Formats: sequence, C-alpha cells, structure tokens
Amino acid sequence: MSAAPAYSEDKGGSAGPGEPEYGHDPASGGIFSSDYKRHDDLKEMLDTNKDSLKLEAMKRIVAMIARGKNASDLFPAVVKNVACKNIEVKKLVYVYLVRYAEEQQDLALLSISTFQRGLKDPNQLIRASALRVLSSIRVPIIVPIMMLAIKEAASDMSPYVRKTAAHAIPKLYSLDSDQKDQLIEVIEKLLADKTTLVAGSVVMAFEEVCPERIDLIHKNYRKLCNLLIDVEEWGQVVIISMLTRYARTQFLSPTQNESLLEENAEKAFYGSEEDEAKGAGSEETAAAALPARKPYIMDPDHRLLLRNTKPLLQSRSAAVVMAVAQLYFHLAPKAEVGVIAKALVRLLRSHSEVQYVVLQNVATMSIKRRGMFEPYLKSFYIRSTDPTQIKILKLEVLTNLANETNIPTVLREFQTYIRSMDKDFVAATIQAIGRCATNIGRVRDTCLNGLVQLLSNRDELVVAESVVVIKKLLQMQPAQHGEIIKHLAKLTDNIQVPMARASILWLIGEYCEHVPRIAPDVLRKMAKSFTAEEDIVKLQVINLAAKLYLTNSKQTKLLTQYVLSLAKYDQNYDIRDRARFTRQLIVPSEQGGALSRHAKKLFLAPKPAPVLESSFKDRDHFQLGSLSHLLNAKATGYQELPDWPEEAPDPSVRNVEVPEWTKCSNREKRKEKEKPFYSDSEGESGPTESADSGKQMAELGRPAYEGGGSYYSSTDPESESESDSKSSSESGSGESSSESDNEDQDEDEEKGRGSESEQSEEDGKRKTKKKVPEGKGEASSSDEDSDSSSSTSESEMTSESEEEQLEPASWRRKTPPSSKRAPATKEISLLDLEDFTPPSVQPVSPPAIVSTSLAADLEGLTLTDSTLVPSLLSPVSRVGRQELLHRVAGEGLVVDYTFSRQPFSGDPHMVSVHIHFSNSSDTPIKGLHVGTPKLPAGISIQEFPEIESLAPGESATAVMGINFCDSTQAANFQLCTQTRQFYVSIQPPVGELMAPVFMSENEFKKEQGKLMGMNEITEKLMLPDTCRSDHVVVQKVTATANLGRVPCGTSDEYRFAGRTLTSGSLVLLTLDARPAGAAQLTVNSEKMVIGTMLVKDVIQALTQ
Amino acid sequence: MIHSLFLINCSGDIFLEKHWKSVVSQSVCDYFFEAQEKAADVENVPPVISTPHHYLISIYRDKLFFVSVIQTEVPPLFVIEFLHRVADTFQDYFGECSEAAIKDNVVIVYELLEEMLDNGFPLATESNILKELIKPPTILRSVVNSITGSSNVGDTLPTGQLSNIPWRRAGVKYTNNEAYFDVVEEIDAIIDKSGSTVFAEIQGVIDACIKLSGMPDLSLSFMNPRLLDDVSFHPCIRFKRWESERVLSFIPPDGNFRLISYRVSSQNLVAIPVYVKHSISFKENSSCGRFDITIGPKQNMGKTIEGITVTVHMPKVVLNMNLTTTQGSYTFDPVTKVLTWDVGKITPQKLPSLKGLVNLQSGAPKPEENPSLNIQFKIQQLAISGLKVNRLDMYGEKYKPFKGVKYVTKAGKFQVRT
Repeated sequence: MSAAPAYSEDKGGSAGPGEPEYGHDPASGGIFSSDYKRHDDLKEMLDTNKDSLKLEAMKRIVAMIARGKNASDLFPAVVKNVACKNIEVKKLVYVYLVRYAEEQQDLALLSISTFQRGLKDPNQLIRASALRVLSSIRVPIIVPIMMLAIKEAASDMSPYVRKTAAHAIPKLYSLDSDQKDQLIEVIEKLLADKTTLVAGSVVMAFEEVCPERIDLIHKNYRKLCNLLIDVEEWGQVVIISMLTRYARTQFLSPTQNESLLEENAEKAFYGSEEDEAKGAGSEETAAAALPARKPYIMDPDHRLLLRNTKPLLQSRSAAVVMAVAQLYFHLAPKAEVGVIAKALVRLLRSHSEVQYVVLQNVATMSIKRRGMFEPYLKSFYIRSTDPTQIKILKLEVLTNLANETNIPTVLREFQTYIRSMDKDFVAATIQAIGRCATNIGRVRDTCLNGLVQLLSNRDELVVAESVVVIKKLLQMQPAQHGEIIKHLAKLTDNIQVPMARASILWLIGEYCEHVPRIAPDVLRKMAKSFTAEEDIVKLQVINLAAKLYLTNSKQTKLLTQYVLSLAKYDQNYDIRDRARFTRQLIVPSEQGGALSRHAKKLFLAPKPAPVLESSFKDRDHFQLGSLSHLLNAKATGYQELPDWPEEAPDPSVRNVEVPEWTKCSNREKRKEKEKPFYSDSEGESGPTESADSGKQMAELGRPAYEGGGSYYSSTDPESESESDSKSSSESGSGESSSESDNEDQDEDEEKGRGSESEQSEEDGKRKTKKKVPEGKGEASSSDEDSDSSSSTSESEMTSESEEEQLEPASWRRKTPPSSKRAPATKEISLLDLEDFTPPSVQPVSPPAIVSTSLAADLEGLTLTDSTLVPSLLSPVSRVGRQELLHRVAGEGLVVDYTFSRQPFSGDPHMVSVHIHFSNSSDTPIKGLHVGTPKLPAGISIQEFPEIESLAPGESATAVMGINFCDSTQAANFQLCTQTRQFYVSIQPPVGELMAPVFMSENEFKKEQGKLMGMNEITEKLMLPDTCRSDHVVVQKVTATANLGRVPCGTSDEYRFAGRTLTSGSLVLLTLDARPAGAAQLTVNSEKMVIGTMLVKDVIQALTQ
Repeated sequence: MIHSLFLINCSGDIFLEKHWKSVVSQSVCDYFFEAQEKAADVENVPPVISTPHHYLISIYRDKLFFVSVIQTEVPPLFVIEFLHRVADTFQDYFGECSEAAIKDNVVIVYELLEEMLDNGFPLATESNILKELIKPPTILRSVVNSITGSSNVGDTLPTGQLSNIPWRRAGVKYTNNEAYFDVVEEIDAIIDKSGSTVFAEIQGVIDACIKLSGMPDLSLSFMNPRLLDDVSFHPCIRFKRWESERVLSFIPPDGNFRLISYRVSSQNLVAIPVYVKHSISFKENSSCGRFDITIGPKQNMGKTIEGITVTVHMPKVVLNMNLTTTQGSYTFDPVTKVLTWDVGKITPQKLPSLKGLVNLQSGAPKPEENPSLNIQFKIQQLAISGLKVNRLDMYGEKYKPFKGVKYVTKAGKFQVRT
C-alpha cells in the first residue's frame, strides 16, 4: 500500500524539467521524444506490477488511439494485461484490443482464453462484457468459439447477457456470413424472449442478418406490439420500422375499400326507415349487392399495431416519433393518419438537424395528404434566423400546403420573404410563387404581376429568377401577355445572368408573332454582342434567329446568316454543331429540302407548358424517415417497402399456441389449476426467466419491479393465458379476444399499481409480501363471479367484472385519504352481488329495485310491446354517491347525495335527490334543515323535513326534490344546523333530468320522425370490445341517463326513450352498432342543449 | 449502424475519433470538409452527406461537429438523436461540451462512447446508468485518484440496466429529500411590421430536479391540464394514467431531467408581453440611415419583464452605428454586423429606447430589407399560459419530501419584422 503514495511523488518529479514528455496531456506528451522511445517507456510501465502505473500507461495509449495515432506496436505489452484485476485497466485494455486485434490476429488469440473464462463467471456483468469483447474482436479464426459463446449466452438466465448475445449476432454475421443459418436459429430463439431488454436488440439483429425471414415474426408479432411501449427508445425505432414492413406483407390495404364502405354504411343507416318491412335484411342486402368486394375489415392485429404505437407519438425522442409517423403514414387508414401531424410539428422546435430531416418528410407527406398539415400552416412560417436549408424546406412545405383558401396569407408571407437578405432563399421563394401560380389558377395573374414588379428589383439574381419563372408561367397562356414579353425584351440590355437572358430570348423567339416589331431588334442587339455571350445564351440566340427567319425572313435573313456564321466559328463545338444543323434546316438548299419544308413545324411546334412540381413528388415510394428517402436514392441495405398484398395471408399464423390446460372449458377444473398459477405468477414469464428473476431479486434487493413483469404493459402469463383461453372458446373471433386482452392487461396493471401504492402508504415493509395474496384474492373473486352467472357468456363476464372493479377504485381515489381504506373489504362482496342486488354501498335502499343489468336482460328478451312498471325499472344512476359536504368542511358532518331516480312524490317535475347525513363528530348535531336558497331563475327546491338531532356516529337520510328546469345549472342552497350554515350545491348530470317513458317501436319511430333536423344530433363512435354485448351497452346507457328501453326488432339497434322532467319533452336515443365496433349514436330531442350534452355523456360512458 | 465517430472543431481539426467496427480512415472527413466549404455558414452544412462508400451524418453543437460514419440504411433521425444524446452526456459529465473539456477528459470520453454504443447500436444512454458505470470527474475525485491510483470506473454493477426502470439507479440516499419542478414556458412569435401577431404559440417544458431516496412513486397533477395540447414525455411517465386522468405519474430518474415538454393549444390566444416601436430607414444615395426602437410592456399580467435583450442582424452594407440609449448598453460588432442591446428591466414610467445613426458603406445600394429584431426577455413567477401545478403526491416511501415549483416565462423565437 505504501507504494502508491511513493509513486505519486515520483510522478510529481517526473513532470519536472528532466522529462518533459510526461506532461499532463498524455496525447501531446511526446513532442520532444521520438515515438519509439516513448513507447518504450509505456511498455515499461505496463510491465510493472503496480496498477497505478499500468493505468497511467493505458490512459496515454487510449488518448493516442483517440487522436488517431498508431499504437499498434504496443500490442504485446498491452495484451498481457488483459487478465489484470483492476477494472479500469481491464476496460482500457479491452478498448485497445477491440481497436487493434484485427491487425494483430495472432497475438490477439492470446487473450481469448481470458474471455472464455469470463463467459463462465457467476457475475452476469462479467459474462456479458466478456462476450461483448470476444465478439468485437474481428478475428476470423475464433468464429467457432464465438458461435458457441453466442448460443450459450442466448439461453443465459440473465436478460442482460441475452441482450449482449443479440448484439453479438450481427458482429459474427459480418465476420463470417456462412454462419447465417445457425445465427437464424439463435435469433428465432431470442425473438421468443419476453423481456423488453432483449426485444430491441434481437430485432436489430434480425434486421441485419435475415430481414427476409418474415415468418420468424408471426409468432412474436403480438408480443412485440404489446412490449413496444416498454422497450428503450432505440429498440422502439428498430422494431417499429420492422413492423411497418411486416404489416405491409400481412395485412390488406386499409384504404382500398374505404370509400365503398362509407357509402355502404350510410345507405344502410338512412334506408332503415323505409324498409322497415325488410327489417334486419336491409343491411345484408346492401352488402350482398357488392359481392365482388367484401367490405374491408381491418385485421385485429393490424389495429393492435396502430393502437400500441400511437402513444409513442409522445415520446421525447424525435427518432421514435418519426418512426411512428412513418408507420401511420404507410399503414393507417386515411382518417387516422392525421394524428401524426401534431407530433411532427412539435419536432420543429428541436435541433436544426432534426428539423431538417423532419421537414423533408413533412414535405413528402404534405404532397399526398395536404389536409393533414393545413391547420399547422403557421408553424412553417419562416424566421430570418433559420438556416437557409431549413428555410428552403419550409418554403417547400408552405407551397405544398397552399390552396384556394389560404393562398392570400401564403402569398403575403412570400412577399416578406422576397425582401430577405438571403439571396438563395429569395430565389427559392420566387420559384415557390411560380409553383403556387401554376397550381392555383385563381392567383395566377396576381402572381405574374408580382413577379413582373420584381423585374425592376435592384438585385440581379432576383430579377433573373423572376424571368425564369415568368417564362414558365407565360408558356401557359402566352396570348394575353404581349406586354410582359415587351417588358422582358427591354431587360436584355440590363440583365447579365445567362439563364435569365436565355429565357428571355427563348420567350421572344417562341412568341415572336406577339411582338413582331421588337423581335428583330432584339436579335440585332444580340448579334452584336454574340461573341461575348455565355454558351447557353448563344444557343438561344441561334434559336431565336432560326425562328425569326422562318416567320419574318424579310427582315431577319441577313441577321440570321450573320449569327450563324459567327456561331460556325465558335470555340464551343456544341454551338458550332447547332449552327450547322440549324442552317441545314432552315435555309432551303438546292437538293431536296424535304426537311426545310417542315422546318416551321419543327421549330414552332406548340410546346406543352412545363409542369412545376415539387421535388418531393414521388419520394414516398421510399419508406419515410429512412436514409434512402432523405437522399432520394437507394442506400445500401435499404429494404423496399412491399406493396399491400391482394389477398390477406392467413392471419392464424400469429396465433400463439395455447397450453393444454387453458383449453378445458370446465370451470371447476380451471379453478383448480388457476390457484397455483396465480400464486407464482411473478417469475413465470419464460422458462429461462423464473430462476433468474429470483436471483436478480436477491442480488439487487429491488423486489417490486423485477422479473419478467414489465413496467407498463404486464407480460404476466396471467393476462396472456386469459386471452388464450378466450380465443379458444370463441374461435374465429380472434379479434375481440386479443383486443380485450390488451385492455384487461392495462386495467390489471393499473389496478395493481393503484393498490400497491396505496398499501405502501400504509406500510412500506409489507410491500413484497402483499402481492401474492392479492393476486389470489382476485382470482377467487372472479371465480365466484363466474360461478354465479349463468346466463351471460364467460368472456362478457370477465370483462365486466373488471369494469366493476375499476369503478369503486376510481371513486376511492377522489375521496380524502382518511376514508381510503374503508371500501377495500367491501369491494369483493360488492362484486359478488353486483348482478342481482343493488350495490351495498347504496345508502338508501330503494324498495324493490331490480338491478339494472337484470332488468336490461329482461327487456332484451321481451320483444312484445308489453310495458313494464316504471318503478321496477328505474335503474341506479351511474353517478353513484357524491359528496355534498366534506367531513372537515362540515365540522364532523358528512353529507352525500344520490339521484335515486324515483319519481318525487310532491311534484312530478322535480328530480328526487336522496341526501345522506352522517355525524362523525363527537357532539350531536341538531336542527338540520335547508336554509334560504338563492336559486337561479326557474329552479326550485322542495326542502326535506327538518332533522331534529343526529347523534354522534349516527346517520340519516332525507329526500328532497329539485326542479332543475331542464338545465344542468347547479342548485345552490344552505344547509343549516343550529349553530352553523354550510353553502352547498348540487349539479345534476344531464342524464338525471329525465324520466323513462315506455313506448312501442312504432310509436318511437313516429316520434323520431317528428324530431328531425335541428332536433337530431348524430355522432359516430367506436365501441371498445368491452362493451359490445347487449347487456353491457344497455347497462351503460341506462346508467348514464334515466331512460327506458324501447323494444326493437333488429339486434344491433338499441332504442331508449324518456321525457325531461320539467317540460316533458321527449328524449329519444338510438344506438346503431355495427359489427366491427363502429356505432352511431342519435339523440332526438326538442331540447337541443340536453341532446348535445346527453350525446357527449353517453359516448363517454360507452367508450371508456 | 453507426460505424465511427469523428469530433471536429471549428478550424477543421479532427481531435477525436472512435470506431465501433473496422477502422474507417480519417480521409472520409474530406467529403465533410468539402460540404462545409460549400455551405459557407456552419449552420448550413447538410446533416446528411452521401459519399461513394459511406454516408456521413453530422450535428453541430457548441462549436463542434459530431460526424458519424454510416455504411448501411438507418433512420437518419436515429443517428442524429444519438449524437445529440452523446453531446448531452458530455455536457452532463464535464459541465460543458467543448473541445477543451473533451480533450482534458479523453479517457472518460472514450469509456463513455464505449458504453453508449455496441457494434454501432446504442447500449446504455441513460445518464443514471452511465454515471454508475463511469463516475463523472470532480475536482475532489481527481485529487483522490491521483493519490490513491483508484479509478473513475465504478466497480459495482449498473443496476438500472437490468431492471425495468432503466432510468433510475437503485439505492439512492439523500439526507434532504427534495423535489423541484421548473415550469418554463417560451413564447414563439412572429410580429409583423404593423405590430400585429402573425404567429404565436407557447412551448413549455417542465424540468425536474429530484433528489429523493429509495424508489419514490410521484404523481403530479395540474389545476388545468386541458391546456396542454401536445405533450411529449420522459419515458418514466405512465402514459395510461395521463390519458385517463391527466395526472403525471412516474418513478423519477435521480437528478436533473426533463419531465415533459408541451405545447399549449393554438386555439388559445397568446398574450404578447412586450411591444416594440421601431423606425429603421436607410436613405437612398446617402451613406447613412436612421435607427430608432422603443420597447414597452403589454399584457404582462402585472409582473416585471426583465432580462430584455434585443439582437439585430444588420445588413452587410452597414459599417457602423452611432446610437444613444436611455437604458442599458449596446454593442455593435462590425464584423458579424450584429447589434446587441442589453436592456434589462422595463419600467413603464420611462420606456427604454435606442436611437441614432447608421453608417453605410458609401456607394453601395441601400439595403432593401429592414433587419428583423430578435427579442429575449424573462418573466419570473409566471407561466404565461396559466398552467398551474396542483399538487405533488409521493407514494412508495415514508419520508416527507420538500417540494417546490417555480414558474418562468421567456421569449423563445421571438421575432419582430420591421
């Protein structure tokens, strides 16, 4: 130990005048000594057995490598230290090895045994780093060793080592491509891995080694989609871009039948009234009318990909956002692509390089889908501080976005740009104006005038650019613009820019009949200066001369000959050629002259106007966001984006095999099996995982988040198996199962997290233990649940119970922390009874209320017009119990209220509100009554009778009626006790302002017919899978609004009717559900405000 | 993917190179220098350059070029994003991302690059993990190291890399547990000649500095979350919670990081806190012009506007400027033609102004365009969009953290056309 300080003194001395080469900057250290000598010193230092000396030497060597200096002659000295104990020395030796091993292969072999030993180390990090270095040494002789090491590491317990194995695959492949087949096996194995850590790396390896083996992806497709959000950013980019290609080969184009589908849907909807007689048949016939092309239904896996990538648009990484954007652009139906615009516009705030790439892609997209970026037009406005390349790209986008409506604003912007100091940019702006003028006929003249004005600009470049653009514009409608051509002719005296001069000459020649006087004069002038002109101008002079000779040979014959003679002796052979050829064409010679007879046709043929189009026009055949797209040329290794297939390949290839036991439908059996399954759900995600995760836990002491269960989307077998069982039970509808599976998963996890955080608040220590029992509890509860049900199908059941579980959870969150724990135990019992009895939390037990769901079931059964007793059917409001007065604010008095949905006895126009008081203070509260209310116009209150006394701990219920006058304004009033007054307010949800009405289907239709036009509000929505069954839909609607169901002949239509309480206006609600989850909600009501709010509420309830 | 990296300074020296696959000769950079020459301005060097055998993707940060060599197809943003991440890491480690700092710490830089990329594919880029693997240099540590010969390389294992929360390291301990949030909003605007707003929007970020022990689970809620139109998140945020409840729920990384960045929906009118009266004119056929600008407060919500700076890129023909100012100080750089006026605070009683004569090159035509004014300012304790943090709750740990939120509004790309 004493050696170290001694050395440091030593070193202090060495920096002195004696040995200046040991300066502190190791890289520039050797100025005075020869390389040879210095390396000698380094070798000496490496040979000592002091780590600090070795480290110092290695640092200098690394510094040399960093500067790009050659340090290869130190190889033998360095490689000896590969087994050094000191971690930093070791690391630096690795750096050196990886850099020089390729050059000194024989010597590098000396180090191999160290790494082989490292591969067997018990520490996962050492294993990983040994593999990393071993695979980075590009020495062909060790290929077999590498192969072996990779295979072994691929089934390592530690995901980190497996990740390293995935990284090593492309390294080996680039070293020896003959190993491909074996490597593919490894890739296949790693693709099945369920950890997020591995996913990104293995897909990267897949892309580099065997991107054509798309069949390897099938089985892992759903898993990759579900894992995606948890993979690190770099992996996300790679996976998304691979999945884009995959989807293009496996799914049908979402756009092919889009127009057809919409038409079809509309027909069915509007047609329903007339062909009542046909009833349910109408839709089928409409579909049958198009037998050749069955309506497009998006593959559920396709939808899964779109849905799971969408949140990533909000990633902080620009690369991820771009990857998702291109995925949507290439894969999503037209209507959904719009979502990416916002995120892309956000990236414009980023570094200029990011802006550059994003703008290029936006430019391409904006040609195809202009509407998408139109709302963000102003975000592309140019600042004077933008770099020129950004300015030009923004200009491109602005031009692409310009249309009839926004062109005035765009042109106004362009006007500002023209005065910029950046001349390249000005030139580009003029081009842009030209393009706007050609694309939008309405502004063509305005643009042309503007450009002509620019001709008097002081800057020659601006003038020249304008001339070129004017030339193109004039070509479209030359007849009207003789004046402009004259003006241009005058400019030939001043403009020196060759391109502009050439353009003017061409114009004059082409339209010489519009300027018969001026043209010969221009030619005269040009002939005079011919020799001094640029080549491009000379060619145009010849051109002009030829055209004039043909139209006006009397005046210009001599001039033409003069020009042609000058050209004949020009230095440029191009010009000499042209002159010779022109002369032969136009001047009739003695023999033949067949050509010269047609000369006029040759020279003065009408020429099509040029089309000014974006340079980004056809770029979208490259995958957006790729290097090839940016360069507009195929880069090495670019994978073509395949076209959509005509026929969808078999979707069942993506089905993952189901373990035997989940297939059994017998519930009893399943229940038995489930218990052990849930209890050790933690580490079971993969066969290799279980041992390992336990180990990691021990190693790192971080219990909560370890193991296979991932952070956001749980990959727990629990949820997966659930989906499996479902898909097996409802064969064929793989769609709904996979989707709902996903939903379940989220909720599961959501819940898990909620309860976890809560309980950790209670007691942090029990955190780890708690998880297991909780899982058990859940399992048993859901079992009981399913046992008790017999009428509904199983899948419905589970999704529903999930719903219910969530409901109280969210309610609990709103309540103050003190009362948080209380409902926890109730929750389970609530679940059990949910289906047949009102929830036990219900404070006032309404007499003989059959629960919503059962009632709804009954209704579904009755197809006759039999009316049911209203009181029997008034379901319980979704809103549940709400707080009126908090314990703290009320000084111990807690007041809640519910909308009971019973008719208020005193006044039918009133909504009956049950108020529930409880006294949590230790003194009795006396004289509870409603104080003088201050109410908005129209609203009135029927007070409840005074409660004389409420003892501590006791509770009481009172009923009061409020006439809300068909508005959702809050009723404010005072609650008075003997000592205090509390200001409270009750605001009704719109659904409580009505009462159910019972009518027959025919009556309903008749009434609906009266309430069309302004009184009808229609909204489209997507029903999530969780609420596609009759049962759930009816329940959700009736819970949201106090409406009664109207029996209905067709199965996919739901009708509900009610009357507002105060005015008694009818409220009719129709929900038309279509197979794929699309639905249309229509509300007919005289009260438009109520209608609109109701639509909003119902949609929210249904889509939640 | 990424084959090699070259760091090049402004004068064109390649001062660091790193190869992840076979060595690529420095001469590949010649294509880059060529493009740089053509571009004239550093900002205009195209980020992607195609050469016969390679593609060069570069970024320009802090007067340095990071040039990476690519051989096969790769999303360019992937590389650009990574290079910026490298620059950020240097910044994080050395306090600045400069040539001197990199040269001084060349070994650490090399070790970092080694960890960040494996075979050209990013491996560990989270600052929390890297700091566990390679300790950042501090003065104290470098003294200790030189005495004891110990190293900057951590000998413990990077726990973050192995967990599902890769952004947080395990075993964090603080004696003072604190969580600070800075809500910083920037106003991007283009104001036209007449003073009307052509374009304005608010871009905001919430930067967090979290020093909490253990594994805290935080949730941050806002009074008015609907204001946030477009949000991008740090990976630690649970997207589902935000979607359903508009609450930011996350297990934070340790230290400083950007929690979210957002844009306030464009439907809302943006309050523009300052106005500028300007009259800049150049006389035809004379070698001088007039310059007169005045700044005043407007819609400032009763807060003082401070730190005002006006930057003007004058046209090339301007030789010199003779100005007088009622407040602050100004400088004019005759080489870059940049006029900078450092105003400071605005007091409504006496509006700051800057006026005087502009000397032009004689004989040259008068400039056509008036230069646009770039304005910087700062308003403390105000988020101009009205965004307010409601509360911060912590679960998972038992201690009571100290919490703080700070609001600042700044000018972003705030430009007045004249």
